[in-house]
Amino acid sequence: MSQKLKKTFIVTRFDPDKDEVPKTQTYEIEVEPDWKILDALNHIKDTVDPTLSHRWSCRMAVCGSCGMTVNGEPKLTCKDPMSDYGDTIEVAPLANFPVVRDLVVELEGFMERFQEVKPWIMVAKERAVEEGTTQQSPDELADFKQFSMCINCMLCYAACPVVSNEPDFIGPAALALGHRYNQDSRDEGAHVRNEIFRGEGGVFSCSFANECSEVCPKSVNPSGAIQQAKLGNVIDWATSFVVKRGGDVS
Amino acid sequence: MVDVSRHDVVIVGGGGAGLRAAIAASELDPELSIALVSKVYPMRSHTVSAEGGAAAIARDDDSLEMHGYDTVKGSDFLGDQDVIQYFVEQAPKELTRLEHWGCPWSRNEDGSVSTRAFGGMSTKRTWFATDKVGFHMLHTLFQTSMKFGNIDRYDEHFVTKLLVDGDVCRGVAALDIRTGEVKAILGKAVILTTGGGGKVWPFTTNGNIKTGDGMSLAYREGVALKDMEFVQYHPTGLPGTGILITEATRGEGGYLLNNEGERFLITRDYGVGTKAELGPRDMISRAITQEIAAGRGVEIPGKLGRYAHLDLRHLGEEKIMARLPFVRELSKAYANVDPVHEPIPIRPVLHYMMGGVDTDIDAKTSIDGLYAAGETACVSLNGANRLGSNSLTECLVFGARAGEHATGYIKGASVGEEGPFVQQAEAEAARVDALRGRQRGGEKVSKVREDMNTAMEEGTGVYREQASMAKAVSEIAAIRQRFEQVSLDDSSKVFNTELIAALELANMLDVAEAVTCAAVLRKESRGAHACSDFETRNDTEYLHHSLVFHSPDGPRSEKKDVTLGIWEPEERKY
Ligand SMILES: Cc1cc2nc3c(=O)[nH]c(=O)nc-3n(C[C@H](O)[C@H](O)[C@H](O)COP(=O)(O)OP(=O)(O)OC[C@H]3O[C@@H](n4cnc5c(N)ncnc54)[C@H](O)[C@@H]3O)c2cc1C
Ligand code: SF4
Ligand code: FES
Repeated sequence: MSQKLKKTFIVTRFDPDKDEVPKTQTYEIEVEPDWKILDALNHIKDTVDPTLSHRWSCRMAVCGSCGMTVNGEPKLTCKDPMSDYGDTIEVAPLANFPVVRDLVVELEGFMERFQEVKPWIMVAKERAVEEGTTQQSPDELADFKQFSMCINCMLCYAACPVVSNEPDFIGPAALALGHRYNQDSRDEGAHVRNEIFRGEGGVFSCSFANECSEVCPKSVNPSGAIQQAKLGNVIDWATSFVVKRGGDVS
Repeated sequence: MVDVSRHDVVIVGGGGAGLRAAIAASELDPELSIALVSKVYPMRSHTVSAEGGAAAIARDDDSLEMHGYDTVKGSDFLGDQDVIQYFVEQAPKELTRLEHWGCPWSRNEDGSVSTRAFGGMSTKRTWFATDKVGFHMLHTLFQTSMKFGNIDRYDEHFVTKLLVDGDVCRGVAALDIRTGEVKAILGKAVILTTGGGGKVWPFTTNGNIKTGDGMSLAYREGVALKDMEFVQYHPTGLPGTGILITEATRGEGGYLLNNEGERFLITRDYGVGTKAELGPRDMISRAITQEIAAGRGVEIPGKLGRYAHLDLRHLGEEKIMARLPFVRELSKAYANVDPVHEPIPIRPVLHYMMGGVDTDIDAKTSIDGLYAAGETACVSLNGANRLGSNSLTECLVFGARAGEHATGYIKGASVGEEGPFVQQAEAEAARVDALRGRQRGGEKVSKVREDMNTAMEEGTGVYREQASMAKAVSEIAAIRQRFEQVSLDDSSKVFNTELIAALELANMLDVAEAVTCAAVLRKESRGAHACSDFETRNDTEYLHHSLVFHSPDGPRSEKKDVTLGIWEPEERKY
């Protein structure tokens, strides 16, 4: 077996039942060199301190549960290799979210934002199953595919300077998701979503800091989505004076 | 006093099956109040990890008959044939619905949905969205579910008990993980869609949440667990982590090689015939296990055990990036191998449970008002071996069926007296409170879990023997006793994951009991149950389902007939 390495983990702890404010706790452990940060946290929980609380499930970078701050950066901990760090590693909850406990953050606010952009196909008339599948060319698919890859890990919210200042901001992942549906050739709801995009906390709140796209572990490029949506909205807004856009959709 | 909320239908689980059930119920009757209870946010459900695809006929060279025959043969004739027939008929409709709801299925140049080859399937009938199919299906379902105003979500609520009185189920007791409070969530019907239990074994493709909770919930109320001895080992898991490398790699043309670089599925007789790498999973996992046992396994520096190689190099970078980008990402991140340039080391890994909560073709259990669908259920589609890509479709077909039948059932059901159900929830709240932070004999959750994992790996691996299975039966019984001595360190009410782990461990121990009990009784080899001391299938004595019932004095078993009538059982050779 490979040589184990000694590491010092400094982990933020907070239990609202007992603590007024968060504190840190230090764990000296031995790790396998090919571990991810999440493996070390699980090792601590299983063998050192069963009271440590964090979320995880898939450990293959697809369920989006395990986002945390590692040495100051938002990271997907099940994909974040130990070998990227030195002897001391600091793990804290994601920034810009209220903390529930230890490394677990409050997601309710995001879940509301998420629903706000109406992330479903809107059409004037539902297609019947008997009509078969819709034709969609590979190019039409490519128009939105990248924006459909979001795992809702929340790293982009933790990195975004606007999220931290503007409580109403819908935020990168949710805006990118709304844009994903706007770009889908099967959807007819863009005018409805664009209204939301133009409103309070919509795309024009984004200052194009691009931090979101830099931290995104799935190359979703939410910042790119928002810029495209801004452009679409300037056009949508302008043409709305000329032609009445879209019919009733649900 | 526990908090009581009232709904019409209560769905436990927010994965593929649960979300589909919720949408089906909601579409049938927008006036219904539907509760969707899940221990994680729905998009974290393990359906998210499915990579390869979902099966349904789509091409001119295919037919319902062919999909049905492939499935029944794959099941080693233990699938119920009426269920299989219904499944193949509904499958294309369900995948089309998902297309209408926005699932980004990969496309052919002409704009039609693309299909790929999969193990045991006689033509290309597996729909895919690159190699993140479960992810896209789950997110499509979850996002679509948000447009229905009558689905009330209870996210991060852990169901600890079904509320059953006099053979009628009228709700669940659920622990709100955030607050630590147990609530009564009442409904006229309950649908279990809690997924499988791969975490019962140590080396698995399954995520942390797959602990067989629904199986245990039903088992404790007297519902039988069916065909539990049949667990699927997927041929290609990554060293160390067990992370899955999808069968789509072989569907797209990948090879399996031994340490001599030989395509052993072609050069030696493992029963897969010309299907080679596209043989069914049970057979290929056995072939790899035999290659390794014969000394032809691949060694990897720093890793225990031996492996085979999955070689994709000849597919070329362009095809790998177009069809299998996630496989490349996973191989690089978790095995330090770029499949464009190197073969991927793999070995068989525990993946899927064919068995589960016994239901009929309508997803109904033996308790009135209680339904089950998806991996937690055993509707008997998969028999002794599931074909890859049938189970995502199963979640849709039988999730929808459960939603529809539960909705139909409640029209005739009266709510009755809710008193007894609320009292049960009160008692459950007291039980959970007593468990939290309890001090007993000093056993640790993680240690008991590890010992259960080891016992199950030794007793119920790719190959089994009577002696090792019997040993596992007694070990699991002893480990169950040790659970009673578990002490817990965390007494906080807020997001107490040690308490959750303890509840999950108790559930897994129920699953382990049922699996070992059923395994030791089946003295034949069928599908995924390969007994070294009974090497052939024995239809005279064992062409039946196995049922395991919980009882205070230990598990009790029964037999149940297999529904035949369309395809005559024959020797399973490819
Ligand atoms: C890595 C991997 C790849 C796969 N690839 C494929 C594939 O390509 N094709 C295919 O057909 N199949 C595939 N499968 C199998 C398939 O993905 C699963 O069988 C299927 O997704 C199960 O869905 P489900 O809805 O039954 O359960 P899950 O998706 O596991 O969802 C279970 C739900 O129940 C909830 N839950 C569980 N317990 C409780 C509780 N106590 N209280 C409250 N809620 C609870 C969970 O929170 C979750 O929401 C794959 C499986 C794995 C592991
Ligand atoms: S856009 Fe990227 S960083 Fe943001 S939630 Fe989605 S996957 Fe995570
Ligand atoms: S544990 Fe699922 S993304 Fe990390």
